[in-house]
Amino acid sequence: MKIRKKARYVDPDLCNACEECVKVCPVVKPDEYQMGLSSRKAIYIPFPQAVPCSYILNMDDCLGNNPIACGKCAEVCDKQAINYDDEDEIITREIGSIIVAIGLDVYDPTEMDEYGYTRFENVITSMEFERLICAGGPTAGHFVRPSDQQRPKRIGFIQCVGSRNPKIGRPYCSNICCMNTIKDTLLLADHYPDMENVVFYQDIRSFGKSFEDMFQRSREAGTRYIRGLPGDVREDPNTRNLTVTVENTTKGKLEHHELDMLVLSVGVVPPKDLAKISGMLTLSKTSDGFFMESHPKLKPVDAPTRGVYFAGFCESPKDIKDSVCQAGAASSRSGALLNAGQIQIEAITSRIDETACKKCGLCAAVCPYGAIVWKKGEAAVVIEAACAGCGACGATCLFGAITMRHFTDDQLMAQVRATLGENPQDKVFCFACNWCSYAGGDMAGISRMKYPTTNRVVRTMCSARVSEEMVLEAFRCGAPIVLVSGCHYADCHYINANRQTVKRVQNLWNKLEKAGVRPERLQLEWISAAEGQKFAKVMYQLEEMRQAVTMEEIEHARQALKPKPKKAAKKKAEAAVAS
Amino acid sequence: MVANPTNDKIRVGVFVCDCGLNIAGAVDCAAVAEYAETLPDVMCVVRNKYTCADPGQNEIKNAIHQHQLTRVVVASCTPRQHEPTFRQCVREAGLNPYLLEMANLREHCSWVHPGEWDGATAKAKDLVASAVARARLLQPQEELTVPVTKRALVIGGGVAGIEAAIELGDAGHQVVLVEKQPSIGGIMAQLDKTFPTMDCSI
Repeated sequence: MKIRKKARYVDPDLCNACEECVKVCPVVKPDEYQMGLSSRKAIYIPFPQAVPCSYILNMDDCLGNNPIACGKCAEVCDKQAINYDDEDEIITREIGSIIVAIGLDVYDPTEMDEYGYTRFENVITSMEFERLICAGGPTAGHFVRPSDQQRPKRIGFIQCVGSRNPKIGRPYCSNICCMNTIKDTLLLADHYPDMENVVFYQDIRSFGKSFEDMFQRSREAGTRYIRGLPGDVREDPNTRNLTVTVENTTKGKLEHHELDMLVLSVGVVPPKDLAKISGMLTLSKTSDGFFMESHPKLKPVDAPTRGVYFAGFCESPKDIKDSVCQAGAASSRSGALLNAGQIQIEAITSRIDETACKKCGLCAAVCPYGAIVWKKGEAAVVIEAACAGCGACGATCLFGAITMRHFTDDQLMAQVRATLGENPQDKVFCFACNWCSYAGGDMAGISRMKYPTTNRVVRTMCSARVSEEMVLEAFRCGAPIVLVSGCHYADCHYINANRQTVKRVQNLWNKLEKAGVRPERLQLEWISAAEGQKFAKVMYQLEEMRQAVTMEEIEHARQALKPKPKKAAKKKAEAAVAS
Repeated sequence: MVANPTNDKIRVGVFVCDCGLNIAGAVDCAAVAEYAETLPDVMCVVRNKYTCADPGQNEIKNAIHQHQLTRVVVASCTPRQHEPTFRQCVREAGLNPYLLEMANLREHCSWVHPGEWDGATAKAKDLVASAVARARLLQPQEELTVPVTKRALVIGGGVAGIEAAIELGDAGHQVVLVEKQPSIGGIMAQLDKTFPTMDCSI
């Protein structure tokens, strides 16, 4: 594992946090920690309790690491802790197990313009609320509204901003916002008993331990809960007060509420780095965009990649307590692996027959793991410990020199023939990869999504394992439609092995066309493990296609795709005759 | 290829699971079992109510001994759920775990074809035929054991990452915690009070 340790430009061992540098720094920037509600300098400490408790110089903000341009902070630093020439450091560590705890991003409500977040100063998010009510915040905990720095008397909270809203592509519940708002109303009631608080909600989800009690306390403290999400927010340009229009669904009435300030209870979204980490560790996502666990009930902290575990929000929205619980579970799972000190690799790895190998090196070129060593003029060799078992090499080898253990050519061909033995014209033949498409089929099953009974699935570890011969054999056996399906293009469980799938299917399309077989009879689909719905939909589409394939077409494909006699077989036969 | 003492005699046992009514409610399991008997090299077919339960597993073990089975096909649920269970089961009966194959009659058949008795049964038969065809060609395999470096990496220094790192450290493991921001603490550090205890976040 290579880790980039970013340059801090301030040596944390030397820095004694005296603050002299901050006093002389001429740069003023919005303070990220305070949600931009106050400012910081280019050299700063992120927050008073930061760990490490040391200043940091933001080089993007700094006037220049050239002392001629500024250099004021270095001048006043008695400890000489500031080093403008500090550089990022690459640290290499061998790692046995990984816990992914990359958290969340907070939903940005800009797109939900009906609430006026970008137009009205007194509309804030719940994260900004946190900073405004905090003693360590920009107002030292004196709660004021942004437009006039006065203490508001009437505050509204709107729930589910960016949550449970399919219209904006966020259908899931963010889990924490109801309780966070309840907590906020209790804080306000405690600090300012005369303040009027009103919460607009669709459902209050207070199902955790002692949560319902908090909800009741909030109501007893005078907070009004109105069932209905506002459709419109308007501002009075003179008073800067806000009028919220809402259908009170309990009373069945349209209501207008005049408020001094409005807090948008924003949801949470998957962190933007998720895709990057996902690619590095070959992880998958569920439909809400968070990481997918190995099994929703039985392996809730295991990633599909062995030795990788999830903790916290990045797996699904959860509160602090659940994050801590999952972190404990993840460390326990990880610790068990580290304690064992060894791991058994499933015996699904490739082996090369040296005598059959023609030393072409094609297999080494397609291996996503660099697990095949090949030098010009020498037979290729598999490093078993590095082989992950996708089988791309086996499907690529033109000479049958590679045996993909437990998913051999013979085994898969036998499955094709057995499946299509009787009445092949009635069947849609599918190859599905273990990690995504086959699992997508499982998801369709778990979710009881009906689809036509005509499909027949053969499982391979990766779609790249499916060779041209296997697909052609399916057509020779009389399959009207053949599907090759795998993980989404950028989400392949085997890094990028499914690029080989694409190449192979494209070759096959050309071959089919040349042979006078409609290329559409071979389909390629990417179906993720979470996409049960898509799996079912694809099966419906394929069944429709199957019904359009005539018996003549099937018969033509059988004949046109017959294997040509191999040269090697010919030679062998000739040799046999000669002897 | 590992030498296989059973190579010369392929004797397949097929175990058709009702899974209560999960499978038997949508698939004619009796017909599937009957069909399985006609497949090449199938020496015995057993129907179980719950193959994964101890009695079901015991039936597999007994049949392996009684019929000298060298290949086992379990026609039940997805291999993504119970393949480890049945691999362990055949291992305990003295077979190499890689001589097991599963046919997915539940997630890929009965659960998605309710009320389609004939279609689902025909499909289940094909799934079993495919599994038997594959099982006949399975070979015993030996798994490679590789050492695990005794060091963990925790990506992310929020409350979950910090907690995981501390626990692993307390258990005596080396931990590398990486955080992209200048300080650990994550979003929780930006909160004022937290529910349900109403105490400070940091």
